[in-house]
Amino acid sequence: MITIAEVEHVALLARLELSDEEKKTYSDQLSAILEYAGMLDDLDTGNVSPTAHVLPLKNVFREDSEGAHLPLEKTLQNAPDRDGNFFKVPRIV
Amino acid sequence: MAQYETVIGLEVHVELKTNTKIFCHSSTRFGGDPNTHVCPVCLGLPGVLPVLNKKVVEYATRVGLALKCSIAQYSKFDRKNYYYPDLPKNYQISQYDLPLAERGYLDIDTEEGIKRIGITRVHMEEDAGKLVHQGTISTTPYSLVDYNRTGVPLIEIVSEPDMRTPEEARAYLEKLKAIIQYTGISDCKMEEGSLRCDANVSIRPVGSDELGTKTEIKNMNSFRSLQRALRYEVERQVEALEEGGGIIQETRTWDEAKGITLSMRSKEEAHDYRYFPDPDLVPMVIDPDWVEEIRASLPELPDRRKERYVADYGLPAYDASVITATKELADYFEECLAGYPNAKAASNWVMGDLSRLLNAGNLDISQCPIKPDQLAGLLKLMDNGTISGKIAKTVFEEMFETGKDPDLIVREKGLVQISDEGAISTAVDDVLAANPKVAEDFRTGKEKALGFLVGQVMKVTRGKANPEMVNKMLKEKIK
Repeated sequence: MITIAEVEHVALLARLELSDEEKKTYSDQLSAILEYAGMLDDLDTGNVSPTAHVLPLKNVFREDSEGAHLPLEKTLQNAPDRDGNFFKVPRIV
Repeated sequence: MAQYETVIGLEVHVELKTNTKIFCHSSTRFGGDPNTHVCPVCLGLPGVLPVLNKKVVEYATRVGLALKCSIAQYSKFDRKNYYYPDLPKNYQISQYDLPLAERGYLDIDTEEGIKRIGITRVHMEEDAGKLVHQGTISTTPYSLVDYNRTGVPLIEIVSEPDMRTPEEARAYLEKLKAIIQYTGISDCKMEEGSLRCDANVSIRPVGSDELGTKTEIKNMNSFRSLQRALRYEVERQVEALEEGGGIIQETRTWDEAKGITLSMRSKEEAHDYRYFPDPDLVPMVIDPDWVEEIRASLPELPDRRKERYVADYGLPAYDASVITATKELADYFEECLAGYPNAKAASNWVMGDLSRLLNAGNLDISQCPIKPDQLAGLLKLMDNGTISGKIAKTVFEEMFETGKDPDLIVREKGLVQISDEGAISTAVDDVLAANPKVAEDFRTGKEKALGFLVGQVMKVTRGKANPEMVNKMLKEKIK
């Protein structure tokens, strides 16, 4: 069961502002999702090694050679605010 | 008052000297205009895919091996989630439960002898960008962000909590820096941020096996500030406990000017990183042959080099430690020995006059105006009697200033030592004639008087007379 307090904690970490009604909704929905996934706990996985990736790929590397940079105007094109070359953001703390 | 034991562990970040960033082809060069060394990948634009720079794995493996770690056969990247504008993606790509290297160590010299400090792990991650504030972080009206450093490859080296004093912590960091510099994968400049150190500190009653509540200290930009910050923090914790208070687990920042640590934030709430495997990066399965290839390419590391200096050159352990502390200094020393075989004499000059002038000029050995073969040349001139030890110091300073060869300076300034008996004899006669009373003093047993007379002869000859001959001749003539 995901409590309202846990929903509030996760919302804070994700910078989400939720109404009381939404908190209740997410508490129910997240609980249901975790309960469903919890079925996996019933399986005996003693002989299965933990899976971090499902793709049959490994060791995808690139060589250490330089490529083109993005032009400054492109880089800052979607910035909500800028100051010269910089992205401008609200005070953090 | 109860007796406390200090427990220190260090987390060290090192910037790798690759050409490009860890997951994209943007440049890692310093000094570009803000936000010009970026591309869609390191800006975290939607739909991009990071691809791992192979050189980063190679370099991290080099360090892992140099620190005697086991290299993981299977390793992966994870996302560390937090909101802070120095990372455009709202997560940092790092390694969580399967780091590249684990369980190593390095040895430090302490007053009680050699002490082994455990290395918990070495992992790879990306650096964050730079924030520019107006005034302080908490009063600035807004912040400016430069993403040029975002995605620059880092390794993080985590030690075991094996250090018991601020001095041991410093010795550990110095040794770690030396080893990493020897491997050639980073410049390790603390002032420039290519080597950064955070410390975890706690205290506990002597004899206790449990760890006390720790604080994490940040913002120490030199070996000296690390030592100072730790001393302060230990004292602060002891006082807090003695006054009946507790230690709060938190991050504290070192204020170099005030000489104190200040609370930054309480740790529990802020650090909830929700690590999970990065689905964009596939796992690494490290080829053991590749690891062996890298191991074989490692240079001679500081401890081995030090042992060799003691065994082969007959240097005292202290000299060997000082000279092998950086690869550049040791290389310089060996190049000097190629032209001048007396290791102890060379080490005296390198550790003494050379280091003094370098420090005074705030120079690195790589910027030394005197080339190693020039120093060898000077030492040879001294050994073969062309110049005296005293004149050698003068020539040395001139070499440091002008970069000229010692022979040239000696010739230009007419500094060749006078070993001609006739010339010295004349000077000695003059001095004795001018100082009959002092000569008499020496004759009646005042040994000190001789020193004065030698000094006078040197003065007359402007320091060029062969001091041994002067000594001998004075004694003969006074008798």
